[in-house]
Amino acid sequence: MSLQPQNPRAKMEARELILRYGAKTAIHKVSLAILDRRVTALIGPSGCGKSTFLRSLNRMNDLISGTTHAGTILLDGMDIHDRGVDVVDLRRRVGMVFQKSNPFPKSIFENVAYGLRVGGMKDKAELASRVEKSLRGAALWDEVKDRLDESALGLSGGQQQRLCIARAMAVEPEVLLMDEPASALDPIATAKIEELIHELKATYTIAIVTHNMQQAARVSDRTAFFYMGELVECGPTEQIFTNPREKRTEDYVTGKFG
Amino acid sequence: MEQGLTHSVAAPRLSAAARRRQLREKAVAGFITLMAFTGIAALVLIIVFVAKEALTLFTDADARHEASLSKMFLPQEGRYPFRWQPVSDTPKVSMIPLFVGTLKITLVSMLVAVPMGIFSALFVAEFAPRRLRELLKPVIELLAGIPSVVLGFFALMVLSPMVKSLFHLDRPLNGTLAGLALALAIVPVIFTVSEDALTAVPRSYREASLALGATLWETAWKVVLPAAAPGILAACVLGFGRAIGETMIVLMASGNADLVSWNLGDSARSLSATIAAEMGEVVVGSPHYSLLFFIGVELFIFTFVLNMVASTWTKKVLQRLTGSAS
Repeated sequence: MSLQPQNPRAKMEARELILRYGAKTAIHKVSLAILDRRVTALIGPSGCGKSTFLRSLNRMNDLISGTTHAGTILLDGMDIHDRGVDVVDLRRRVGMVFQKSNPFPKSIFENVAYGLRVGGMKDKAELASRVEKSLRGAALWDEVKDRLDESALGLSGGQQQRLCIARAMAVEPEVLLMDEPASALDPIATAKIEELIHELKATYTIAIVTHNMQQAARVSDRTAFFYMGELVECGPTEQIFTNPREKRTEDYVTGKFG
Repeated sequence: MEQGLTHSVAAPRLSAAARRRQLREKAVAGFITLMAFTGIAALVLIIVFVAKEALTLFTDADARHEASLSKMFLPQEGRYPFRWQPVSDTPKVSMIPLFVGTLKITLVSMLVAVPMGIFSALFVAEFAPRRLRELLKPVIELLAGIPSVVLGFFALMVLSPMVKSLFHLDRPLNGTLAGLALALAIVPVIFTVSEDALTAVPRSYREASLALGATLWETAWKVVLPAAAPGILAACVLGFGRAIGETMIVLMASGNADLVSWNLGDSARSLSATIAAEMGEVVVGSPHYSLLFFIGVELFIFTFVLNMVASTWTKKVLQRLTGSAS
């Protein structure tokens, strides 16, 4: 905790962000700051736009044809939609872990090394040490160190998801976006992932989408509640869960709807 | 078991509806099985028939003398050690020029069609905007429906002078021309199957790769293509099968000369075109007749062996990709 800044600045910030799929508005005028080296949880019922918001932070929505946006998203004060920003560079700085673990059908080693290789790293010793560091960082090293050459698809679901986290960490992004990273996992694997998030926030800025209220309360410093494409409320997690300003937030976190 | 049954079990009685249902299931299953086995039986009978006609070569004394295995595969005395002239006074029946011609033409066509088919599939699956994809896929698949005689005619009239002047060849009909014309026929085959394999690669692989800061091309080349490798291999095998068996294009464009020459500018005679050209005039039951069936058996063996090799390779690749024997 000592590494964390006392008064963190905004690492990423959305200002009046509007996002449309064709004619349908998925996100309406969301202004939200993701604080440096803090865990920000995005919660809300299905279809509320929280995943879409997360994906817009590293421009993954660019891949879906028909999406348009208005408003700005800043990374360290720089507009990520600016023409001077290369989307590949952006994604190296803002990494992503997906809801369903999606390791490549390659060996465990090659999965973690992939991002480094496309980034131009060729030196074998350097690759090996970065792979090891990332796997240790994702608390997976001891389980896989003897089978790095085996296919990643032979790992269990929880191991696969930690491999995906290691893969995302290998390129040393500044921000890590996690889209329901534990929703397909059993409670033990989930606990491991949450433990990992706790450790990661010393070095990374993390935004996590989750459907699990307890998980949001356990892992996050700040919580943002989305509803129908709008940001209803954002604040320190404790306040959101114990003393929300909005009635809708209270109803959702106490389980009255959602 | 020790308590024993105190009361007897009521004998179950099938209702009329249940009996009808069961009967219908049996009838449908029987019908489907019959259809399946009819198809398989037809295939088996074709193989048996072809093999039986070819077998005469080894049982009939006349045929054994005229077309022994050594005459077919070993160099003969005289100026031309390998000749295919089965209807001359002293029949010459060397298979070697036919093998060379077939392989030469097939290789040329595969060299052109495999990269073209795979890259056009990559383009359509990974890079083309959706509107263009919806236009391109059916158009290329339409190419597969062009009768081969039309392609052969096109090769004869349009491609031939172009190829001849482009590569400065002596002969208008040659291995290169036949290979190129054949490529036109197999590109759509390789394209369609490859494109399906590429499209079947989960979106999540692409997203993961892009989120790691890979470009579209790096994603297509390093993630999508390897993940689709088994399907793409199947596409190539299918294309090879079509190439080696394709008759009309080769008959019209290759020149049909029985040369043993790897020179791509020389004419070539293929196995399949030989059957097509000679079957119409052959004396039924003669050694020549059996020889043509023997060529059919050889073609069958080629594709069979290739399929075997490809399927073992596919299994190996799948095992490496998924880490399990599936």
